[in-house]
Amino acid sequence: MGEPGGARETLTVEVWRGGEAGRFETYDVPQGANQTVLDVVTWIQRHAEPALAYRFACRVGVCGSCAMTVNGRPRWTCRTHVSRVARGRRLRIEPLRNLPRIKDLAVDMTPFFEKWQRAQGRFTPTRTRAEPMAVVRPESAPRRAADAGIECINCGVCHAACDVVGWDPDYLGPASLNRAWTLVNDVRDGDRHGVLKAASAGGGCHSCHTHGSCVEHCPVGINPTAGIAGLKRQSLLDLVGGGLP
Amino acid sequence: MTPVWLFLAQRLTALILAPLVIAHLAMILIVADGGLTAAEILDRTRGSVGWGLFYGTFVLAAAIHGPIGLRNVIQEHTPWRGRSLDAAMLVLGGLLVTLGGRAVVAVVGQP
Repeated sequence: MGEPGGARETLTVEVWRGGEAGRFETYDVPQGANQTVLDVVTWIQRHAEPALAYRFACRVGVCGSCAMTVNGRPRWTCRTHVSRVARGRRLRIEPLRNLPRIKDLAVDMTPFFEKWQRAQGRFTPTRTRAEPMAVVRPESAPRRAADAGIECINCGVCHAACDVVGWDPDYLGPASLNRAWTLVNDVRDGDRHGVLKAASAGGGCHSCHTHGSCVEHCPVGINPTAGIAGLKRQSLLDLVGGGLP
Repeated sequence: MTPVWLFLAQRLTALILAPLVIAHLAMILIVADGGLTAAEILDRTRGSVGWGLFYGTFVLAAAIHGPIGLRNVIQEHTPWRGRSLDAAMLVLGGLLVTLGGRAVVAVVGQP
């Protein structure tokens, strides 16, 4: 933090440059009050390295596009204050783990979203707009389970934090399985059995080791591990005939 | 066999193995401490339906549990996938049943 009345302090920031092959380059960035990691990256791009590639949109923790690895941990950079993560005024900023690097801090999110599709993480409607809206009781157990995971912003932080994603390229990962769990619990969905089948196929929920890294790192406080445990439970219940209605 | 069945089989065999392993280890310690000879041990186990069931169940559970777990480890840490991996794990399971079965027969069978 800057000292009151003193000269303006600077941060020493190492930033990954290049694609899969590359190197860290170091920049001195003026430190400011309430500065976020995204502010730091933006300062570098505007004042020191105009060719720096990175991704952001909303800057307020809604769009989920600015996730990067900061001092070794995946984080949403727009809501991560430098004062909370800098070690001795040093930052090391890299692209997210477990996804192909495109350039500098931008990764290719295609495998991430392809896994959402493999997990059938899409709503299957059962009504047309001409029909009345479905009545879903907010306090019902399935709705509460769905609500617990529904605020995912698709930032990819859990995907980057997950060791199993890093080991097994077939593993669907916490985000897509969390999405599948919300759909399995959405009584309006027209293919809950299909979602459960997709989420429990090879590389699905049964591959989870329950390490809990996704829970630890999720910036919006979702517990994907609990959802994955729910999918495992539900798949076993389905096997013995006591599953989804 | 679907991943759900494999998951279930591995958990169920783990439930079976846990008490059996503890009992097996406890027996090793007790026998070593008590100074029983091999002949004295075989006197107790030969012809015993109880010991036959104990170690027979142990071998079967281990033969199911081990290959499923090893298959997971191989899939996580190597590119090996598909039918050849499944076949190799079936062979491993068969080998464990054969070798373990031989040991059980040697311990509980009449000479």
